[in-house]
Amino acid sequence: MNTEILGVILMYATVLVLAIPLGRYIGKIFNYENTWLDKIFNPIDHIFYKLSGINPSIEMNWKQHLLALLIINAFWFVIALFVLSNMSWLPLNPDGNPSMSWDLAFNTAVSFVSNTNLQHYSGETGMSYFGQFILMLWQFISAATGIAICAVVFNAMKERTTDKLGNFYSYFVRTCTRILLPIAFIGAIILVFNGTPMTFEGKDTITTLEGKEQQISTGPAAAFIAIKQLGTNGGGYYGPNSSNPMENPNYITNILETVFIFLIPIAMIFAMGYVLKRRKLAIMIYTVMTIGFLSLVIPSIYFEMNGNPAIDQLGISQNMGNMEGKEVRFGSAASAYWAINTTCTSNGSVNAMHDSMTPLTGMFAMLGMMVNSFYGGVGVGFLNFYIFIILAVFIGGLMVGRTPEFLGKKVEAKEVKIAMIIALLHPLMILGATALTSFLYSGNPEIYAGWLKNPSHHGFSEFLYEFSSASANNGSGFEGLGDNTPFWNITTGLVMLICRYLPIIGPVAIAGMLASKKYIPESVGTLKTDTSTFGILVIAVIGIVAALAFFPALTLGPLAEYFVMNGM
Amino acid sequence: MPAIRLTLVCLVFFCGIYTMAVWSIAQLAPGQGNGIIVSDSGNTQYINIGQSFISDKYFWPRPSAVEYNGAGSGGSNYGPSNPQHLEEVQARIDTFLIHNPGVQKSEIPSDLVTASGSGIDPHISVQAAKIQVKRIARIRNISENDLAHMIEKYTEKPLLGLFGTERINVLKLNLELDSE
Repeated sequence: MNTEILGVILMYATVLVLAIPLGRYIGKIFNYENTWLDKIFNPIDHIFYKLSGINPSIEMNWKQHLLALLIINAFWFVIALFVLSNMSWLPLNPDGNPSMSWDLAFNTAVSFVSNTNLQHYSGETGMSYFGQFILMLWQFISAATGIAICAVVFNAMKERTTDKLGNFYSYFVRTCTRILLPIAFIGAIILVFNGTPMTFEGKDTITTLEGKEQQISTGPAAAFIAIKQLGTNGGGYYGPNSSNPMENPNYITNILETVFIFLIPIAMIFAMGYVLKRRKLAIMIYTVMTIGFLSLVIPSIYFEMNGNPAIDQLGISQNMGNMEGKEVRFGSAASAYWAINTTCTSNGSVNAMHDSMTPLTGMFAMLGMMVNSFYGGVGVGFLNFYIFIILAVFIGGLMVGRTPEFLGKKVEAKEVKIAMIIALLHPLMILGATALTSFLYSGNPEIYAGWLKNPSHHGFSEFLYEFSSASANNGSGFEGLGDNTPFWNITTGLVMLICRYLPIIGPVAIAGMLASKKYIPESVGTLKTDTSTFGILVIAVIGIVAALAFFPALTLGPLAEYFVMNGM
Repeated sequence: MPAIRLTLVCLVFFCGIYTMAVWSIAQLAPGQGNGIIVSDSGNTQYINIGQSFISDKYFWPRPSAVEYNGAGSGGSNYGPSNPQHLEEVQARIDTFLIHNPGVQKSEIPSDLVTASGSGIDPHISVQAAKIQVKRIARIRNISENDLAHMIEKYTEKPLLGLFGTERINVLKLNLELDSE
C-alpha cells in the first residue's frame, strides 16, 4: 500500500490506542477517584488551592459555575489586551517587535481567551517572547476552561436529582495539573529532541552556501507548540504554523502533533462513558463522530493526492499530488489528514496552506467547522454534540409518540428552545457575517481590493472560511485573506466572542436544569439513546440542522470552483 | 478574588516552571535547543531550514513565496484555480526547461514548480533531484553515475520504510556537492 496512506492510518491508530486509556484516566480525575499519580499531583493541587484561596469542596449549581467561568475569562481578556498592546516596552523582546494596534490586540485577545487562536499577525514579526508566553498561558487555561465546564455537564448527566454540580475551580485546576501539564511536557521534550527550538536568544543570521544572508527566527517554541496542539488551540509560534520546519521538523513530530490534535477530544467521549458508567452511550457517540470524520477525511485525501486539475493541464507530473502550499516531508495525504483533523476539532493549526488545497478539500474542511462536533474542541466539542443529542431526543420522541427523555430526565420545551437557539446561532453568525462582507465587497471592489488574494468563487470561499473558523473557534484560515484590518479584526472578534460563550452557556443550562428534575428509571416506554438507531437519528439531525443550512453558501464558493475547474 | 489569584498561580506554573523545565531539558538536546545545526567550514547552517539556490551548479530547491526568509516564513496562499498562480507555475516550468535541456516537461514533478507552505521547505522529491543531474554533471564535471549514487545516499526513506514520503534534503545534498 502507498506509504503516505499507511502513515495516515498509523496516525489514527496511535491516537485511538492512546485516547481510550486517557479517557478512563480523565474519567477518574472527574470522579475524584484515586490514581497512582496522586502522590505527585495532590500536593501541587494543594498549592494551587492555597495560593488562590479556593475551597475545592464547596459545590456550585450551574449558574454559579457559569458565573465563575465568565468572570475569570473576562479578567483574562483584560490582561491579554494590556500585554498585547504594550509589548514593545515590556521585557523579553530581543527582536524589538512592536505593540499591536488596538483592533488587532482586541482580536488576538478574544482569539486566545476563547480557545480560537485565529491569528491576524505573524509570530516572527508581530510578537515579543513575553507576548508569546502570555498567549501560551492562555492556551493552557482556555483549554482547561472547556474541559472543566464539560466535566460539569458530565456530572449533571448522572442518575440523580441535584443542583450541586461540583466545584468549577477544582475541575479547572485538576485539568491543568493532571491532564494538560504532564502531556504537554512530554510532547515538548519530544519536539526539542527532534530539532524544535527552545531558546531565549533572538533571530540568527547565517550565510547561505551561495553567500547570501538569511535570517532565521528561533525562540522558546517547543513549550508553546506542545500545548497549542494538545489544547485544540492551534495558534502557531511562527507565521505558517506547523508547516514551518522549526515548528514541525520531521515526520515523527508530524505524527506527534496530529495525535495531539485528536487526543483529548476523543478521550473526552470515553471519559463520559466512564463517569456515567455508560459504555454503550460512549460507543454510540464515538461511532457517530467517527463516521462524520471519515466521510470528510477520505475524499479530502483522495482529492489532494490526485492533484490540481489545472496543474495537470500544464503537462507536468503530479505523482506527489497537489503540492502548492504543502511540505515534501509530510506529503499530500498527511497534509489533507491534518486539514480535516484540525477543522473537525476546533484546533486550527495547519501543516499546509488550506487556501491552496483543491476546492472540495477546502469545502470538507469548512464542513468540519460548520458541524464543529465530530470530536470537536476539548470539552466544548462534546457540548456541541450534546445539543444535537437533545434535538434528536426531542425529534425522535415526537416521531414515535414517546415522551422525550434523555438519561432518565424529561426534555421539555424550555430545554429544546435553548438547544435550537444554540444550534441556529452558528449558521446565523457564519452566513450573516459572510453575507454582510460580500455585500460590502461587491459594492466597492476597489476599496476592498486588499481583502482578497484570489478572485471569483475562491474569493468568496475565503470570506466563508474565515467566518466559519471564527464561529467554530477554530483559528485556521484561507490565509490569502488580507485580514489585519479594523473591519476583519472587529467582526471576527465579535463572532468568536459570541460563539464561544453562548454555546457553553446553552448546554450547561440545559444539563443543569435536567439535573434538578426528577429521575425516571428506564421503562419499555423510554426512547433508548445508546442504540445504532438513535445514532442514525443523530447523524440525520446533524445533516439537516447543521450541514444543510450551509449548502447554498457552499455551492457559491468551493462547489462552483470545482465545477468550473473541471470544465463543467 | 479567587479568579485573579488563580490566574497568577497559573502564570507562575505554566509560563515559569513549565517553560524553564522544557528549556533546561532542551540544553541536553542536539543543538542545545537552537534547532539542528551543522558547521560548514566555520559557517553555521540550520539543516532543517531550506535555503535559496539559484545558480546552475547547485541542486535547486522548491520555489518559495517568501524568498527563503527564515524570519518571515509563509506560503503563496494562491487558490488552485487562480490564473496568476498558474502563470507563475508555467513560468517556472519554462525556466527549468531552459536550464535543463533534454528534460521532458512530463518528467518535472509538481513539488519543484510549486511553492511550499512555509516557504523554507528544506526538501524536494527524489524525482526532482534526478532531473537536475544532467545539468549539474555538465557544470561540475562529475559523472552522472556519481551524482545518482549521491542522490541515493541522501534519499530519506519513509519512517521505518513504511510511513510517509521519500525525500531529499537539498541543503545536505549541496553541502556534499561542495565538499567533493
